[in-house]
Amino acid sequence: MSEPITLKSGAPDGPLVNKWDNYKANMKLVNPANKRKYSVIVVGTGLAGASAAASLAELGYNVKSFCTHDSARRAHSIAAQGGINAAKGYPNDADSTWRLFYDTIKGGDYRARESNVYRLAQNSTSIIDQCVAQGVPFAREYSGELANRSFGGSQVSRTFYARGQTGQQLLLGAYSSLMKEVAKGKVELFPYREMLDVVMVDGKARGIITRNLTTGEIERHSADVVILATGGYGRVYFLSTNAMNCNVTAIWRAHKRGALFANPCYVQIHPTCIPVSGSHQAKLTLMSESLRNDGRVWVPKNKADCKKDPASIAEDDRDYFLERKYPSFGNLVPRDVASRNAKEVCDEGRGVGESGLAVYLDFRDAIKRDGESVVREKYGNLFDMYHEITNESPYKNPMRIYPAVHYTMGGLWVDYSLMTNLQGLFCAGEANFSDHGANRLGASALMQGLSDGYFVLPYTVTNYIGTHAQELLKKVDTSHTAFEQAEKEVRDGIKNLLNRGKNGKRTPTEIYRDLGIVVWEKVGMARDEKGLKEAVEQIKVLQKDFDTNLQLSGDEHLNSNLEMAGRLADFLELGALMAQDALNRHESCGGHFRVESQHPDGEAKRDDANYSYVAAWEYKGTGQLAALHKEQLIFENVKPSVRSYK
Amino acid sequence: MKKMRVRLKIWRQESPQVKGHFEEYSLNDILTDMSFLEMLDVLNETLTKEGKRPVEFESDCREGICGTCSLMVSGQAHGPVLGATTCQLYMRTFDDNELISIEPWRAKAFPVIRDLVTDRRALDRIIAAGGYVSVKAGPHADANAMLVPKDLSDRAMDAAACIGCGACVAACPNASASLFTSAKITQLALLPQGQPERKRRAINMVAQMDKELFGSCSNLGECEAACPKRISIQNIAIMKQEYMKAALAADFRAGMGSADGGA
Repeated sequence: MSEPITLKSGAPDGPLVNKWDNYKANMKLVNPANKRKYSVIVVGTGLAGASAAASLAELGYNVKSFCTHDSARRAHSIAAQGGINAAKGYPNDADSTWRLFYDTIKGGDYRARESNVYRLAQNSTSIIDQCVAQGVPFAREYSGELANRSFGGSQVSRTFYARGQTGQQLLLGAYSSLMKEVAKGKVELFPYREMLDVVMVDGKARGIITRNLTTGEIERHSADVVILATGGYGRVYFLSTNAMNCNVTAIWRAHKRGALFANPCYVQIHPTCIPVSGSHQAKLTLMSESLRNDGRVWVPKNKADCKKDPASIAEDDRDYFLERKYPSFGNLVPRDVASRNAKEVCDEGRGVGESGLAVYLDFRDAIKRDGESVVREKYGNLFDMYHEITNESPYKNPMRIYPAVHYTMGGLWVDYSLMTNLQGLFCAGEANFSDHGANRLGASALMQGLSDGYFVLPYTVTNYIGTHAQELLKKVDTSHTAFEQAEKEVRDGIKNLLNRGKNGKRTPTEIYRDLGIVVWEKVGMARDEKGLKEAVEQIKVLQKDFDTNLQLSGDEHLNSNLEMAGRLADFLELGALMAQDALNRHESCGGHFRVESQHPDGEAKRDDANYSYVAAWEYKGTGQLAALHKEQLIFENVKPSVRSYK
Repeated sequence: MKKMRVRLKIWRQESPQVKGHFEEYSLNDILTDMSFLEMLDVLNETLTKEGKRPVEFESDCREGICGTCSLMVSGQAHGPVLGATTCQLYMRTFDDNELISIEPWRAKAFPVIRDLVTDRRALDRIIAAGGYVSVKAGPHADANAMLVPKDLSDRAMDAAACIGCGACVAACPNASASLFTSAKITQLALLPQGQPERKRRAINMVAQMDKELFGSCSNLGECEAACPKRISIQNIAIMKQEYMKAALAADFRAGMGSADGGA
């Protein structure tokens, strides 16, 4: 690909509401007896990976499932707190598939693909049925029916939840389905494995190279299809709400083999996290968005009050800035809007707490209205978590919160079937770019992960195998030169890290922390041309540090230092691409806020005439600028307008 | 922010085959607001700077939900704070200059991989033996077609809150996995969805637990005390009941399940 190519979604023609049905009606099938002749590799065991692996095994394919943990149950989906959206319409509040579709498109600031989002909204109801059938203990009413609550960016109650542990319960549901297939021998588990390369044979993805993290062994695995469901890249910021082991390595190595990386600059900064307290911190903790159902966000009107005891600040001296600026959505504006507004009041000098980088999230009125026991039932575990970390009780004092990196909307470019531009390489869940545009609505990540895994990939992978049935019957052995070559590159890379790590002076953590600060300050909540250009230069300096001055200890066996260094290598390159993407996009949309592009009231200003496209980047080699390819976004069903939550 | 000094006695073990030993370290200028694992991060950074091999330990979400972290801290699974995982421990819990010992989970079923990292895959195999409802992805009845009383659903959720960390095993003098196994058996026994496979689940999961070399339960209650999610020991009573009922049931007398496990 030397010339820019025009990317196509490949969604079937016809009315939006019929596209997915049309796809299913016309797709290629593989008969049940033949399915056992094909094998699928699934990397990652979060919601998307575990549900895909289980569902494909249920169909009869032979599945190999890989994860970096000791157990598939520990993937980071487990930490999702608040809930999962579905257009069930149980509360009788005028919800519908259309409305969930519309809210998601609008929430994504008109930068998502209509066809994918509509399919997601259609699948949403089946997901709830599926999870209930598995025994997921969703919250219920006294009637025995399922309970709902509200999340940001929507005016209906469509969020299903299991206390503050929805992700855990949904993941354990998918994990239990996976283990059921393990028991049947249809899924083989490969825990403690990190994927370090994709192997392409005759233009098709036919396997992966992994490192066994406990023994250091480098292994080859072949299959007929490879699915990456390895999560987001928020850990590029070092500090984020993502788990310690979240990384970009699997999708980045695929990117280096030719998979296009779409919209890397679309990052979600979640408004309600526990503020940074010192440079020792390794990660930040999220407080679920569901808290904004009952918590009110405010700062003092006067700077002079910021260090005072919040209880002593009179009602009239409080600025409930979200309720003031957005009367119809109030505290439940989408995440990007809430985060930017929190930053704004802190930049004005009205932030609270020791650092001045925090706003209050106050439950005083909810406790007064509903009583402490009702609040405890809804949010007890979150309040306890807050108390443990800060040593303060939210029942007595308002929480102090500040935005933190939480989710990445960008990821590998995929078509309507969730296949990357590399044949046979699919990408699902947060790892792909597909459904959330420039901003994801709360409780939609779980929905997408499970939609991809339970209800999209089982069809689209079958279609791919059916289309290439004969060719894929010619099995590729791991002794193929492509495997040999890929394995050698991986081995050399690790040897090189360990060797040069003996002489340097800067540990992976030190370089990583510096990278985090650069991307947070310059490719974070607000971006401008000057800052982005500085970021590019600063990342080059850090890259040089990494290449020439890295200090590593330990050996090639279990070595978390070595793991971090390998992941950092990819994060450094990704950071540079994020800055490049942000520089290219001279508009503000969703989580991408270019200071140069705003309305007079400070709201994000899109430029639909020039930027209504997906930016998909092609890797051009170490230290080289990536090449841009575009997929034009076509809106046939909703008209992009100024996104207003006022 | 207040600072403190800590003295550490940490289990170091190169590999499963090599015998391990304790090594002592001390750190100055640890902030009282640091988490316990952040304190270990500081230690590892110091060791790396000195060209020494860092202490391997596992952690991931660092907010008490993934179940990855797994340390015996001064003889207690997940340390001295009740209802918390190791990653939810804060240094303010400890005294200045306190000697803190750190060990891996100790159980025959959890062999040490390196230092403080153990292999807990036996827990996965217990789940694979029946910790699920065998439904496939696809169309199902509308979610509200099946009513589940709120109190049952809440009790199922209490049991489902288990994070699979293995602290119950580590705390138990018999290294029994009864609390872990019973939490899943109870969750699904309470819910209507779990009924069709209720008996075979109890029989098979208990049998697998025994096969994995976990010890048996002698009602000491250490597991409940160590559990970061406060899973109740009542679940074990329910599991024993479920197992007995299943073992006595006609279809299992006919030899369908293995009844030689003993709960």
